[in-house]
Amino acid sequence: MKSLSNQVVSMKPSGIRRFFDLAQTMENVVSLGVGEPDFITPWNVREASYVALEQGYTAYSANAGLIELREEIATYMKERFSVKYDPASELIVTTGASQALDIAFRALLNPGDEVIVVEPAFVSYGPLIEMAGGKVVPVACRPEKGFRLDRDDVERVITERTKAILLCFPSNPTGATMNADELAQIAELATKYDLWVVSDEIYAELCYDEPFTSFATLHDMRDRTIVINGFSKAFAMTGWRLGFTCAPEVVTREMLKVHQYGMMCAPTLVQFGGLEALRSRHQHVPNMVKSYRQRRNYFIQALNEAGLPTHVPGGAFYAFPSIRHTGLTSEEFAERLLLEERVAVVPGNAFGESGEGFVRASYATSLEQLQEAIRRIHRFMQQFEVTAVKDSHS
Amino acid sequence: MYSSKELELLELLEEKGYLETKMLADLLALDEETIESMLEKFKQDGILLGFRAMVNWQKINRHDVTAFIDVKVAPKRGRGFDDVAERIYRFPEVTALYLMSGAYDLQVVIQASSLQDVASFVSDKLSPLDSVLSTTTHFKLKTYKHDGILFTPQTEDKRLNITP
Repeated sequence: MKSLSNQVVSMKPSGIRRFFDLAQTMENVVSLGVGEPDFITPWNVREASYVALEQGYTAYSANAGLIELREEIATYMKERFSVKYDPASELIVTTGASQALDIAFRALLNPGDEVIVVEPAFVSYGPLIEMAGGKVVPVACRPEKGFRLDRDDVERVITERTKAILLCFPSNPTGATMNADELAQIAELATKYDLWVVSDEIYAELCYDEPFTSFATLHDMRDRTIVINGFSKAFAMTGWRLGFTCAPEVVTREMLKVHQYGMMCAPTLVQFGGLEALRSRHQHVPNMVKSYRQRRNYFIQALNEAGLPTHVPGGAFYAFPSIRHTGLTSEEFAERLLLEERVAVVPGNAFGESGEGFVRASYATSLEQLQEAIRRIHRFMQQFEVTAVKDSHS
Repeated sequence: MYSSKELELLELLEEKGYLETKMLADLLALDEETIESMLEKFKQDGILLGFRAMVNWQKINRHDVTAFIDVKVAPKRGRGFDDVAERIYRFPEVTALYLMSGAYDLQVVIQASSLQDVASFVSDKLSPLDSVLSTTTHFKLKTYKHDGILFTPQTEDKRLNITP
């Protein structure tokens, strides 16, 4: 047999995979390893998709997605994030934000083009960029700055080959957010070096302290930014696989070709669910956000009290505690916590080298499960000489 | 006027009244003394009326009878429905009483140990009241959901243990 694709064969499987396999074999696991909401998709959204099925909407939609859905997305982007897009030429409905990222990089990159990836980062970013022919240039967010991105750190890695910068705030895995002023400094670099910006805004709705700023609203950024967003996190629709891109026509036109040949269109039934989700967003999103905020407040405080120093994340639903003082690596810590106390977290190095020394613990689970996890973590931490960090709120 | 934190505390209590003060404080990022003084104020203002558990008696096969009785009444000059409402809600078997818009005026919910008890309540206590013009009694057959709580919970977490 002839050999398979060298590029794919040499690609490492996701670092999360090993823990997934290990955790699957165990019982009575309290999982903080889940990167998705604990809410089930609101009933009216499920019902809308069901009705569409009943009415026989089983055919393809337009490549870019149902026009009603694109119009509703345009309204949402304008009302919620103050940025205008033309539904006919600047929006594409995709099968999740992951596919949106895929078509963005395929449309942007030539072989050898460099993409600055802000780390610790979602596990798919690097492989997606490489499969599109690009080269990943990581830039680490510093823990001492609450995992916010430093402008100078970015400028240091810019070269003539730099094509784009990929941002994700609120961040998976750190939960860090950047406000308008902080983002504006990154925007200045994009203008100065003529860079494209891919802004993964999938956690936009899940901000707890400061209002979210879409990168496209910053000066000079709308026409050089591809906004990636989707329904998974804000509307608890991860398994539906529904996302979208918002970008100027010049790039949307090219992304649409990739989408058209690779995917045809997002599933039509799912798009009807998405339409209902957007139309009823005022009914559901604020309550989910309130519930996440409360759990964040409790969980960060409790981790600090258990002896795991944790910065207060402004968004998403992840805590990213430091485990350095235990003397263990992230993987050792995660593996022992799983084996000894049956609590599943994800080792920080799964999100890039700069995640080493941390673990990701999701608080998108019931309060009762969080309390149980904290009890077990307390017990686990007894073996290390650590002291509680008091009062993370102040 | 109540602050947004106070309203959030009330919502939280309505959903999870069993939480301890320390947990309430952590969830709302307040200190325990603040929570305690808020609770005290709610009680004094008659906003926080009590805490109780939601019990699914259906599981225990206790054959209580719950009846919803639609009552038409003649309101009294100057007092409206309040006098007759008071005469009705003072009966201990009345678990809820609402003034309604629509085809009838009062909805009386009563809990009794048998159909016979409901019948005697209606014929001996409710109907003889001067202002009561008519009654229509409905019996509850099964509870699916009460005060937002499902009586056949679907709590199984369908997510994988670890996802990116």
